[in-house]
Amino acid sequence: MITRLFKFHGGIKPDAHKHESAGAPIQRAPLPSRLIVPLRQSTRATARCIVEVGQQVLKGQRIGEPEGFLGTAVHAPTSGTVIDFGRYTMAHASGLETRCVVIQPDGEDRWIEHAPFDAEAAGREATLAWLRDCGLVGLGGATFPSHVKLGKGSGVDTLILNGAECEPWITCDDRLMRERADGILAGARILYRLIGARELVIGIEDNKPEAIEAMRAAAQRAGDAVRIQPVPALYPAGGEKQLIRVLTGIEIPYGKLGADYGVQCFNVGTAHAVYRAIAHGEPLVSRIVTLTGNVARPGNWEVLIGTPIDELLPLAEPRPDTNRYLMGGPMMGFALPRLDVPVVKGSNCIISASPTLLPPPPPEQPCIRCTECAKACPAELQPFELYWFSRSKNFGKAQEYHLFDCIECGCCAYVCPSHIPLVDYYRFAKSEIWARERDKAAADQARERFEFRNYRQEREKEEKAAKLAAKAAETRAKLSSEAGEPAAGAAAAPAETEDPKKALIAAALARAQAQKAESQPRNTDNLSPETQAEIAQIEARRKAQAGDTPPPADGAVATDTPAPAETEGSPRP
Amino acid sequence: MIHSPYIRKPASVQRVMGLVLLALMPGVAAYAYKVGAGILVNLAIATLTAIAAEALVMSLRKRPVAIAVTDLSAVVTAWLVALCFPPIVPWWLLVTAVLVAIVVAKHLFGGLGQNPFNPAMVAYCSMIVAYPALMSQWPPAGGLSFETQLGLILGGARDIDGMTGATALDALRTGLRSGTGGVDAVMQGSAFGFLGGRGWEWISLGYIAGGALLLLTRTITWHMPAAFIGALALISGLFWLVDPGRFASPLFHLASGGAMLAAFFIVTDPVSGATTPRGKLIFAAGVALIAWLIRTFGAYPEGIAFGVLLMNLCVPLIDMKTQPRVFGHRGQGNSR
Repeated sequence: MITRLFKFHGGIKPDAHKHESAGAPIQRAPLPSRLIVPLRQSTRATARCIVEVGQQVLKGQRIGEPEGFLGTAVHAPTSGTVIDFGRYTMAHASGLETRCVVIQPDGEDRWIEHAPFDAEAAGREATLAWLRDCGLVGLGGATFPSHVKLGKGSGVDTLILNGAECEPWITCDDRLMRERADGILAGARILYRLIGARELVIGIEDNKPEAIEAMRAAAQRAGDAVRIQPVPALYPAGGEKQLIRVLTGIEIPYGKLGADYGVQCFNVGTAHAVYRAIAHGEPLVSRIVTLTGNVARPGNWEVLIGTPIDELLPLAEPRPDTNRYLMGGPMMGFALPRLDVPVVKGSNCIISASPTLLPPPPPEQPCIRCTECAKACPAELQPFELYWFSRSKNFGKAQEYHLFDCIECGCCAYVCPSHIPLVDYYRFAKSEIWARERDKAAADQARERFEFRNYRQEREKEEKAAKLAAKAAETRAKLSSEAGEPAAGAAAAPAETEDPKKALIAAALARAQAQKAESQPRNTDNLSPETQAEIAQIEARRKAQAGDTPPPADGAVATDTPAPAETEGSPRP
Repeated sequence: MIHSPYIRKPASVQRVMGLVLLALMPGVAAYAYKVGAGILVNLAIATLTAIAAEALVMSLRKRPVAIAVTDLSAVVTAWLVALCFPPIVPWWLLVTAVLVAIVVAKHLFGGLGQNPFNPAMVAYCSMIVAYPALMSQWPPAGGLSFETQLGLILGGARDIDGMTGATALDALRTGLRSGTGGVDAVMQGSAFGFLGGRGWEWISLGYIAGGALLLLTRTITWHMPAAFIGALALISGLFWLVDPGRFASPLFHLASGGAMLAAFFIVTDPVSGATTPRGKLIFAAGVALIAWLIRTFGAYPEGIAFGVLLMNLCVPLIDMKTQPRVFGHRGQGNSR
């Protein structure tokens, strides 16, 4: 087996702060007084609520039906009563609300009946559907639906389990690997078969020797052909694209998925959840959360999804000078807008922050183009150029310099000697570009609609005109068939027509038609005088044959001869 | 609201500039020891002028004065101006030069981080054009007492023809042009030491030591010094091999004038220089090339300052054309 490791550009080595909580075994958090379960548990998809207020639910009972391609099911994390269904603040930097089911636990934590799922017998498609119905999403933070990530079942050679956990402070994956290595490997085997992989690699940062040892021991016990690969501790080695690069040398560009390059990556926590879902039939209703930072008792807790943060925090006993709480790590996490927000499937860590622990940044100074940020950027961008372009709202240029390849890992802002909040500038530029694209799409749609309206009005007008013309022609035909007999006889014979008005109209029409025929150029007009004379002779002869009139010298036949009206009216061949 | 990342490396502009000042110390020490303590007076005059000018302009611009003064960037500019000027220029010339550097070259273009031209080099070039005579009077190494130097700096009388001489570069150029002999013959003169100008080799060694410090602390990357030294050695070496009688050796070029100061402290100015790795190589090599051309064929004995300014002009183009590859964009897809 090749054990060559690759490097990614840049990266930083911040203080890991893992020791605070890494020694604390996983404990089950006590039942909270209420659970606020968001129906939006995976990226870009909200489940449909299938319970009513007042309904009794059991632990693991489905309360949200998956909807759409990216949808996953949502389950009651414990047994109890649904007390509300409404909008509650999300665990998100924006502080926006989302639809949530609120459950009051009955304290019994009684499971719904569930049984292991026989993936072998059920087949691939049914297994993926089962994972979707168990609410399986990536537990690394992005909460991407696992059944979608498992893809087509072919074309992926390498399955990577991400146990790097590169962000400072977080230890939930570390503890999971130390304590539940067998479960992780069992889950990895299921994923391995589902994805049709030929190689399984588990990447763990080398600052977690206990986890590496535990995983190796478990692999030995199971006799699995799995490569437990320590990777150098260098933030952001746990970024999916960075870990794939380190382990395989493959670089996945922006907008592409690992599967396009024959490699797929799952978090170790996700693998463990897959194992629980298949081997025990348990839907995903809890996860490990690290509580650390400015606290007296840092630790790792198994927490029910929906547990309000403010009921969780006392477990760690935050110190009095704590001024805010971060969800996620200090590099990519966010300050919680309020503390009654629930734990969701992507919540891996809550850090109590104090002004001494995470001091506010020093005042921003001008960029001196020292290129420290470019040296640290794992996406190999020129962050200071993006900063200049974003700052001057030159968004086209920012995109040209690959703004959207930025993974917002924060390395540039971490090293910047001028303390510029660089990532904020990129977020600003990205959201401005998105907003403009939305505006442009809306404007395009409006323009298309307007153009179609004009086209439709034009078409309707034409249709109306055609209809009128057809009707007029019909009337005319009717008239001529009625007035045909007397008109053919003599010039003035109104005796048989009931309506003299109609006869008048018919006569006027006939005159108009004759005039039209006269004024309209014939296709003979441009010929030479000889040919014209010839044609005139022929016509005269034809007329002479018809009306027994002697042929005159030129074409002024009709005016000289008192011919019947219809002869004048129908000179066309 | 403050967003991620919530942790920061203990880095600051002040720290970067402080390191540069520290790295200049060995060169300054060698300067003071070999040429005379007058340089310390000049450094003091330049520093005070720079701080005063920076504070004045920042308050006129209604910007925070304290941060600007304590970031030490003005002091670095002042030191570089003082170190590339003759150590016996009258005080008013140095003050004017520093004012040009801080007020014109830096703040008129928008202050720290915004200046397209290296302020110290702008000051040097304007002064050598305005006062060519004063800017060409260099004391021989150890030839002037501190009192004399102080008198020259502060006093008005400048009857110093007997006291000063040309620099090694100047002497070589004049010698070669007067046709008194080849390089070897000219370099027998008193201005020349074992490599370049007598005594000045030690100062160059001091700058190299400082440059090593900057490289070790990763304040600068290897690109600029390597490209500058490499290009200067290459072009001078080529011509020297062809005709050693007419062209000075690469070692002479490297040890003379401001070559080492430029290699580690001047071309490496981040604000006005190129930023991409390849761009840095092109930028520094371009400076070296222009410097050699001016030294060898031009009207001035030293051409680094003009080289820097000319290459500063090219920086936007160089940067644009040398953008590095972005992660995942290596040619067509992956590299397995």
